[in-house]
Amino acid sequence: MKTAPSSVREPPARRPDRWRSHEWIVTLPSLGWLLALFIAPTLIVFSIAFKPADLFGGVGPGWTLDTLRSLGNPNYPAIVWRTLWLSLATTAVCLLVGIPCGYYLARAPIRWRNTLVMLTVVPFWTSFLVRIFAWKHLLHPEGPVRRVLTALGLCDSAATLLYNPGAVLLVMIYTYLPFAILPIYAAAEKFDYQLIEAATDLGATRWRAFRSVFLPGIRVAIFTAVLVVFIPCLGSFVIPDVVGGPSAEMIGNKIAQRAFSDRNLPHAAALSALLTLAVLAPLIVAWGARNRSGRRAVPVQEAS
Amino acid sequence: MSEFLEFENVSKSFGAIRAVDGVSFSVKRGEFFSLLGPSGCGKTTLLRIVAGFEQPDAGRVRLDGQDLTDLPPHQRPVNTVFQSYALFPHLSVRENIAFGLRVAGRPRREIREEVDKMLRLIRMEDQAHKKPAQISGGQKQRVAVARALINRPRVLLLDEPLAALDLKLRQHMLLELDLIHDEVGITFLYVTHDQTEAMSVSDRIAVMNGGRVEQIGTPTEVYEAPRSSFVAAFIGDTNFFDGVVTALEDHDYCRLSIQGLPDVLCYNDKQNQPGDPVHLIVRPEKFRISPEPPPADPRRNTLEGVVEDVIYMGNHTRYWVRLDGHRLAVFQQHRRFMLDEKPIRWNDRVWLSWDANDGYMLERYNVSDERLVQRPPDVLTTTKST
Repeated sequence: MKTAPSSVREPPARRPDRWRSHEWIVTLPSLGWLLALFIAPTLIVFSIAFKPADLFGGVGPGWTLDTLRSLGNPNYPAIVWRTLWLSLATTAVCLLVGIPCGYYLARAPIRWRNTLVMLTVVPFWTSFLVRIFAWKHLLHPEGPVRRVLTALGLCDSAATLLYNPGAVLLVMIYTYLPFAILPIYAAAEKFDYQLIEAATDLGATRWRAFRSVFLPGIRVAIFTAVLVVFIPCLGSFVIPDVVGGPSAEMIGNKIAQRAFSDRNLPHAAALSALLTLAVLAPLIVAWGARNRSGRRAVPVQEAS
Repeated sequence: MSEFLEFENVSKSFGAIRAVDGVSFSVKRGEFFSLLGPSGCGKTTLLRIVAGFEQPDAGRVRLDGQDLTDLPPHQRPVNTVFQSYALFPHLSVRENIAFGLRVAGRPRREIREEVDKMLRLIRMEDQAHKKPAQISGGQKQRVAVARALINRPRVLLLDEPLAALDLKLRQHMLLELDLIHDEVGITFLYVTHDQTEAMSVSDRIAVMNGGRVEQIGTPTEVYEAPRSSFVAAFIGDTNFFDGVVTALEDHDYCRLSIQGLPDVLCYNDKQNQPGDPVHLIVRPEKFRISPEPPPADPRRNTLEGVVEDVIYMGNHTRYWVRLDGHRLAVFQQHRRFMLDEKPIRWNDRVWLSWDANDGYMLERYNVSDERLVQRPPDVLTTTKST
């Protein structure tokens, strides 16, 4: 006789609440670290923004809102906008290039894989500054890239490759691409590729399977890649300083200028606070969204 | 006869290993067909060739006359239930089942109705919102079956779907699969290394070994009439005898001379002639074992030996009996055990008898196949007999 199953095993019960309520003690050391080295300095920077500047490049006594008012400088919106779109564009291109790169690194034959990962990381062995100046040399009007392009007739003699937002974008992509590739590679290597087979078996094309199964499968790594590219981009200052020039200034340059040339610390602090808030706001929104969907994903177990 | 899924000379190598070696056979419409064999015999490769995940080096695969060989997986009217289930971890049970229809771009309403129907078939209506990580192994297996069946494949491919489950659940899911097969009427191609699984649900079984098909037949045929020593040893337990035909008797029978044993009578369906060497098998449960000589019967063969080992299994007892140069496995059920059946113990002198029709002569014999049959090690028995 064939009968239906009456019971099926349920996943194990969650840990007892008593244990969970003491979990926070374990996080104390990292919480202390975060408090001393991130939260406190940030709050100090925020508070400096409400102080007057003194004549010697320091911070004067008392409180003032003058600095915040000076943020209304008509040059700032353009710079903020440029900072945002350069960072977004860099992030987008890094993802667009990083996802296929990570995928192919993970799918490469095992004897090739370590060499390829090595090649991704090897630029880090040279100083960051040296590499940026190398780019300046490459893109220089008398540099090799320019000469080759002119010889091929791909660029007219009046065009400049250096000192424009395009050059900043190129060098930022160059700089941050490995940071996008590595987390995506790590996730792609752990991905269960039988899921791709299952998707194509169910009628999905390779591209559809990649989109509907692979990308959701590595979404945490994509999120990580966005963070580690976008946030440093927002704050970058050396790259626009070296290859950007005045027409490609970013907020980072303004902060440096206020701190080092104008010796106006409160103004620099106000700009920094603005940048920090700009970075934190999307993070907090994303974190909130994740928490809400996370709660939905763990529904109450029903008796069967 | 309707030949539905046809393999024609299919071969596939991985490097120097010939995983599938010139396989030709066909599966009938609506059949529950099993590919049975030890790991590495090529059964999974053959399944993956049907699914389109592997390209054969040579040969064709046809489904209802249509050549599938060069079609990519997503264009084949077949679906797979994977050994690891391969459920999409980011989708709920409902979304997993709906995947095929959604990819096909079917209207929302229709998808909802079809998925509801499938959830009812696998009786998981109340688990539809859960993620794969939140359901048990048996439930995952059922979702995997539903996800494949909803596309109404012409053939459902099952790659060891029960291997990850524990014994009780496995037996249960096997019956479920059989029920679903009866209900949907789709052709099932079922890969397994477990002979009891294959025997209990299959209409026909192809026994594979070393990339080749050893024998195709109903479970009864492959068990009762194995053609090769591999099939005999891989499915069930077996005793092997090498002999030579000495005489023909009563048209259908022949007398065999086997070294160390008195002549035995055997049904001669292979039309062997005197002088032909033969390989005879007798299944352990075909023997009758008794402490007294059995009554004389011209149709029965009788041997005399000494019990070397006894293993009580509950529903039967296994005896290993030592004869001159032979060690035979004997399985016997009990009738009124402890009442009027006298227990047989180690070192007892016993008589074995079997019907001449219960011996079967193999077509192909390979001495290495005898290793597939499990026997207690000799070391154990020597210590016991002292």
